[in-house]
Amino acid sequence: MIKKILIISVLMLTGSVVATEGQQKTVPEGPNLGQPATAEEVAALSINVFPDGRGLPEGSGSVTQGAKIYQSKCIVCHGSGGLGGSAEPLAGAEMGLTGEWPEKTIGTLWPHATTLFDFTRRSMPMTAPGSLSNEETYAVTAYLLYLNGIVAEDTVLNKETIMQVQMPNADGFINIYEQEQQKNK
Amino acid sequence: MSKSKTKPKLSMPLEPVAGNGLLDRRLFLQKGLAFTAFTAAAAAAPPVIAEASRGSEKPTEIDPVRPPWMRQPGQPFSPYGVPSLHEDKVMRLPSANSVLQGNGASWSPLHQLEGSITPNGLHFERHHNGVPQIDPQHHKLLIHGLVEKELFFSMDDLMRYPRHSQTCFIECGGNSNSSWNKNATKSPVGYSHGLVSCSNWAGIPLSTLLNEVGVQKKARWLIAEGADAFAMNMSIPLEKAMDDAMLALFQNGERLRPENGYPMRLLLPGWEGVLNVKWVRRIELSDQPVMARNETSKYTELLPSGKSRIFTLEMDAKSLITSPVSGTSIPEPGLFQIIGLAWSGRGKVRKVEVSADNGETWAEAALDGPVIPKAFTRFRMPWRWNGKPAHLKSRVTDETGYVQPEREELVANRGRHGYFHYNAIVTLAVEDDGFVRHVYRAENDKEDSDNLGLDADW
Repeated sequence: MIKKILIISVLMLTGSVVATEGQQKTVPEGPNLGQPATAEEVAALSINVFPDGRGLPEGSGSVTQGAKIYQSKCIVCHGSGGLGGSAEPLAGAEMGLTGEWPEKTIGTLWPHATTLFDFTRRSMPMTAPGSLSNEETYAVTAYLLYLNGIVAEDTVLNKETIMQVQMPNADGFINIYEQEQQKNK
Repeated sequence: MSKSKTKPKLSMPLEPVAGNGLLDRRLFLQKGLAFTAFTAAAAAAPPVIAEASRGSEKPTEIDPVRPPWMRQPGQPFSPYGVPSLHEDKVMRLPSANSVLQGNGASWSPLHQLEGSITPNGLHFERHHNGVPQIDPQHHKLLIHGLVEKELFFSMDDLMRYPRHSQTCFIECGGNSNSSWNKNATKSPVGYSHGLVSCSNWAGIPLSTLLNEVGVQKKARWLIAEGADAFAMNMSIPLEKAMDDAMLALFQNGERLRPENGYPMRLLLPGWEGVLNVKWVRRIELSDQPVMARNETSKYTELLPSGKSRIFTLEMDAKSLITSPVSGTSIPEPGLFQIIGLAWSGRGKVRKVEVSADNGETWAEAALDGPVIPKAFTRFRMPWRWNGKPAHLKSRVTDETGYVQPEREELVANRGRHGYFHYNAIVTLAVEDDGFVRHVYRAENDKEDSDNLGLDADW
């Protein structure tokens, strides 16, 4: 044990120099105690869904199925038709984003349909987060997009069709971090 | 402040350095000058025993020569100390969703605190679905994605890694959000600007762990995820992660509190609070951001054009006066110490200026040292109040030369619907009777309407 601690101490003192984006920085080296994760373990925990579709699971769900799930699991906080509950409005915006009372909904603000899938599956419903299956999540996503007039009533979402969804505010953002990066270069 | 105190005897004439009675900051060191701190209470109450005053009509008279706490042994040792019974009004102000109590924030009482470190129990809170009670034996950190080796790190193992400590503030992107409203809130400053706190954090440089897993060349972003009921995820540029980011395990000397991410959280000095992911359990290396709900539909600032600012990661410099406090009164004219806080997400505070004449003239405040980058800096300004109306402001300049804007300037640039990243100068009006209240502008500060239309975003 003592020997092990000594080795760790030596490693800590040596450190290493890494280069990132032109910067050089000395980083203390750790005792390298990380345990390998198997592909199955990683897959079970990986729930990020990216705008390019990476992370989308198999399965599908329709607007009609989503409406039923919404009635039983979402309506209590989000109200009928995505409006009027204790939680923020999800749909029903009439005025858009430029008025005195901007309406920030999925239809007016959200830039990616994949975000809706990612967020609904990981965080909703707030009283039973993580309880929606992939199918149910596709269905609720489809229904919310339908409520916002983004997809038709007969839409079935899956990992291919969700990538065809055109979000109205996809180009509505100014990337400040990127701007600063370019300024500093 | 007690009226029985003697008036200060001046050994030298006091020449104001700026309008309406602001004095040279070096006068704090001048012999013969007694500066008074503003107090929140109108007058000191007669001394009573706390226990006796609770539930009994007549407070017990205290013998000043030998008070009761000198007539009996004191309390025994305690395994974990708590504040005095007489300080039970010093508290956070929770402001949560009425249906989901764990969705909201609690405001740090900046106006009741001093120095530059926030006590752990008073650090602001912002949770999206409550505080998880995590058993550290069942909490592991997974780092995966664009890495050479996908690895789990157990709590016990992480405790054996080399650590460092750093003092820095964390500020919620939604701090000061009520100031976007048309009417100025009259709340004490902490309860309207207190989604910011400053601690000494200790933990493992994130770069140490990233080097161990081996970051692939294509990787540009980290997607961090918390082990709370929200399973909140946020995207963080790799550059920041390799620079000064920390996997924080300790806060002000002790292990993190549950509401601050126990057993581990990310610390990104100077960057928006929500990126400092609490209860972190998974970090995925990626070539792109995940565009999470909290980095697209929230924590973005809607502009009048209808476009929104996204990835506003650094916190701009901000300062505010913590004493005197909106809603309290200055009892009488005299020499006072105006006290406040300043900070910048881009580095050190270079200077803080104070104005007592609504920004017509400014004087530089004294800064308590050491001035630490990306940390609270306490400032102090000597002021002689002459009993006439005054408008107090503070304005910070950081080491990059960035100057805190006036509200008019900020609103002109951003509109009023950005919700996040409000950092304008805060103005306090002092009336001729000494009453202090938060206003936006001297010209319209008589419009004392309620703070209608608070755009609560949870």
